[in-house]
Amino acid sequence: MSSMLASYLTLAAILFCIGLYGVLTKRSAVIVLLSIELMLNAVNLNLIAFSKYGVVPSLKGQVFSLFNIAIAAAEVAVGIAILIALYRNRGTTNVDEFNELRN
Amino acid sequence: MFDLSFVWNGHSILFLILAVCVISGAVFMLNFSKIIHMVVSLAFTFVGLAGVYVLLEAEFVAAVQILVYAGAISILMIFGIMMTKHDELEESPRIQWKGVFAALGCVALFVAIFFAIRSTSFPTAPATGPLAEDNTLELGKQIFTAHVIPFELLSVLLTVAFIGAIVVAKHEDAEESEAVSSPSQKEAE
Repeated sequence: MSSMLASYLTLAAILFCIGLYGVLTKRSAVIVLLSIELMLNAVNLNLIAFSKYGVVPSLKGQVFSLFNIAIAAAEVAVGIAILIALYRNRGTTNVDEFNELRN
Repeated sequence: MFDLSFVWNGHSILFLILAVCVISGAVFMLNFSKIIHMVVSLAFTFVGLAGVYVLLEAEFVAAVQILVYAGAISILMIFGIMMTKHDELEESPRIQWKGVFAALGCVALFVAIFFAIRSTSFPTAPATGPLAEDNTLELGKQIFTAHVIPFELLSVLLTVAFIGAIVVAKHEDAEESEAVSSPSQKEAE
């Protein structure tokens, strides 16, 4: 039983690290947002795995991950809106060129 | 130090297949050169994760995952790509030291987490039956009794976020939108 929990946690860790690598290296802002979604999904997977295999199995982890999904949807909507506004003002979606605070 | 024992049964074989789907989708997301392919590949990852949730007896969360992630968020990302212009090639050909250091950091983080997971002995729960007879019914009871205040706060947050998104993304004025409708010209000034 417990080894399955470790497998799920390892899968979540792999997903989180892939998402982190995408956030750090990709240059398109859309892909950076998608990588953040991947990291949030890794967290959801951890919550649901512990809600089944934890010390006290209960549905609270699933409720928490539902709230998490809703927050992620709101975050993506706001992120895309900011991205479109930035594109309108700067003409690019490359995150390396969003440096308006520099000078 | 830690055991790598893996029990082979139906559950774990199904888990392995789904895990391969999930990880290959994510890795292809990193390697595709066209951005629209990246989004489709990540949608594949989200569907695979929904399968993993079904394995974990979270059927309702799996349905929500497909609806929200594979449906809404992927479509929203594709809209974001269509409404902005992208240089087709994501990668630059030369070796980027930033990328090398990021890869090293991510691998180090993964190794740390992996050793932490494998060296921890998680206390096992007393073997009980399934979590709930009717997953959706029990989740509804939980949300609308014990967690009703976070639920209402979440609805307020969603309203605020979506109205804010509309306000941020819409054109300000007709004449101003005319001036900025061609960003390449603006950049050339």
